[in-house]
Amino acid sequence: MQLVLEKRAERSGTIALVSPLIAIGLTILTMVILFAILGKNPLLALHAYFIAPLTDGYSLQEIAVKATPLVMIAIGLSLCYLANAWNIGAEGQFLIGAVAGSWIAVKTQGTDAGAWVLPAMLVLAAAAGALYALIPAICKVKFGASEILTSLMLVYVADLFLDYLVRGPWRDPHGFNFPTTAEFDPVATVPLLIEGGRLHLGSIIALLVVAAAAILLGRTIKGFEIRVVGAAPRAARFGGFNANQLIILTFAVSGALAGLAGIIEVAGPIGHLQPGISPGYGFTAIIVAFLGRLNPFGILIAGLFLALTFIGGEQAQIAMKIPLDVTKVFQGILLFYVLACDSLILYRFKLVFPNRQVTRGAG
Amino acid sequence: MELVEAIILAVLAASTPLLIAATGELVAERSGVLNLGVEGMMIVGAACGFAGAWLTGSILVGALFGIIAGTLMSLVFALMALGLAVNQVATGLALTILGIGLSGLIGAGFVGERITPAVHLYIPVLTDIPLIGRVLFGEDGFIYFSVALIVGVWWFLYRTRAGLILRACGDNHVSAHALGYPVLRIRTFAVMFGGACAGLAGAYLPLAYTPFFIPGMTAGRGWIALALVVFSSWRPGRLVVGAYLFGAVTILQLHAQGWGVGIPSQFMSALPYLATVIVLVLLSRARTGGSTAPAALGTVFVSDR
Repeated sequence: MQLVLEKRAERSGTIALVSPLIAIGLTILTMVILFAILGKNPLLALHAYFIAPLTDGYSLQEIAVKATPLVMIAIGLSLCYLANAWNIGAEGQFLIGAVAGSWIAVKTQGTDAGAWVLPAMLVLAAAAGALYALIPAICKVKFGASEILTSLMLVYVADLFLDYLVRGPWRDPHGFNFPTTAEFDPVATVPLLIEGGRLHLGSIIALLVVAAAAILLGRTIKGFEIRVVGAAPRAARFGGFNANQLIILTFAVSGALAGLAGIIEVAGPIGHLQPGISPGYGFTAIIVAFLGRLNPFGILIAGLFLALTFIGGEQAQIAMKIPLDVTKVFQGILLFYVLACDSLILYRFKLVFPNRQVTRGAG
Repeated sequence: MELVEAIILAVLAASTPLLIAATGELVAERSGVLNLGVEGMMIVGAACGFAGAWLTGSILVGALFGIIAGTLMSLVFALMALGLAVNQVATGLALTILGIGLSGLIGAGFVGERITPAVHLYIPVLTDIPLIGRVLFGEDGFIYFSVALIVGVWWFLYRTRAGLILRACGDNHVSAHALGYPVLRIRTFAVMFGGACAGLAGAYLPLAYTPFFIPGMTAGRGWIALALVVFSSWRPGRLVVGAYLFGAVTILQLHAQGWGVGIPSQFMSALPYLATVIVLVLLSRARTGGSTAPAALGTVFVSDR
């Protein structure tokens, strides 16, 4: 007797709808076990992770702030993944965007530069992120080099480059030798939405990005091409769609969004450039993209949920001394369950009783 | 002279984790499975390996812990990618994300602790031969094992029937299945072998390379190992060359930092990663006459009995 997969005649719509919820449920169940192993009260831990952050205004704002880069990056990645282009270097594009935008902020520091500074920073960051993402895309299209490996290698390069800048030429001379630039001038800072709060303009930009992606995928021919190239490459070729051109396009867009997210994070909540500006947003965004089923609105919800785990993880660390790494374990397990549940949309389990002679003979 | 010897020793030590991890991944990929989770399996192997050695005081137990941890991680991958036919790229990424979290959790209690690193072989007379003595007869056990491993894998793949069947699964799983070979079972074993190697390669870092554990100490070596498999065109012989070349780049940039050549250290540290990108581009470009990759690499197989 054996348990095997069998392809369904058509995708199961019901499972497609509930599978992210099942995945979250299974993840929480697994976390309960993990908390118990760590010797923490699972109910208190779950409360700290998922309920406590929702109960005060400051944490709610903080969730939106954390969700902003996650959603922006994940929207870009979803375009890549839909087109079957594997950009996993968003973390690097995020850092390069932050560096490029900060360049303007650092150079205009203390001058009487006007209101053009922030828009220029945003544009330059998006352009730099796009260019940085184009490196693996072009290596893929022109030379056939695996975009997975090249885009990931460039994360380390970007990280080291940022490190060099803040320890070298851009270091704040009055910063007590800490590796950081000086605080950005007000004209180089993303404005807050609520005076004295945490919510900033970036969250509005993220919402606009979600809307734009929804229109692109649902209402335009380009969006249709992206989905066809990924889902049915042969049909796309017969349709005359240029897969290489779409790899370039989706990488450039996702790089631009990651770069934009990078400068918004630096010029917004952080206020200066320093190492460790990202707790792995570029990688967590991969989970956001899949949990959101590569759908713009799904990604918005998934981004808020994963932001909740970041904030909840911090609160659980403060309140119950639960290590921050638990959040990463949580995110990894979640991605596993999401992928596993998604498999059941296309396949179902079947018990078979194989007869060796027959299967061998008939193949 | 002593400097040359020191550099060769350092290159061998830096190459060994790459070689071991890439050897395992080569076998998995030859069976048709692309496991991108090497980095995740390595880092968990590093944490568990250090934990094992610290708790028991034995390097061998540490290495075993690393192997077991890597194998368990690879079983999670096999369950997903082979059992549930999930996209292998996404599953591999998930494995890496999970591995980084798990290793932080497991290793948290051991940060700052030290162990006695793996002893180096010493044969009176032989090890004392100038220049080549220590290189050939004065290494730690892992290095000899890594050489034996790659020779063994070469012999298995090209000189045994089982190796031929494994390669057949990687090139055409439909035909292999039609001939009656259990494709998924063979692939599961190949993935487990890859996991065991990745776990051991990870464990090498805190057990022999540096005698302590720091979070994230694999620093992308798992990804470089994946690139090395591409570099090798899936051939064990070229894998050895590639691994030692990369080890040499790593060590040379470290020495160059020490000599103070005037280039910022971060640029030198970026060299191995940039070299990986450049090598991937050059090799892929040279291979326009058709890919040497296993034909079924990364594709989903669901039997249609």
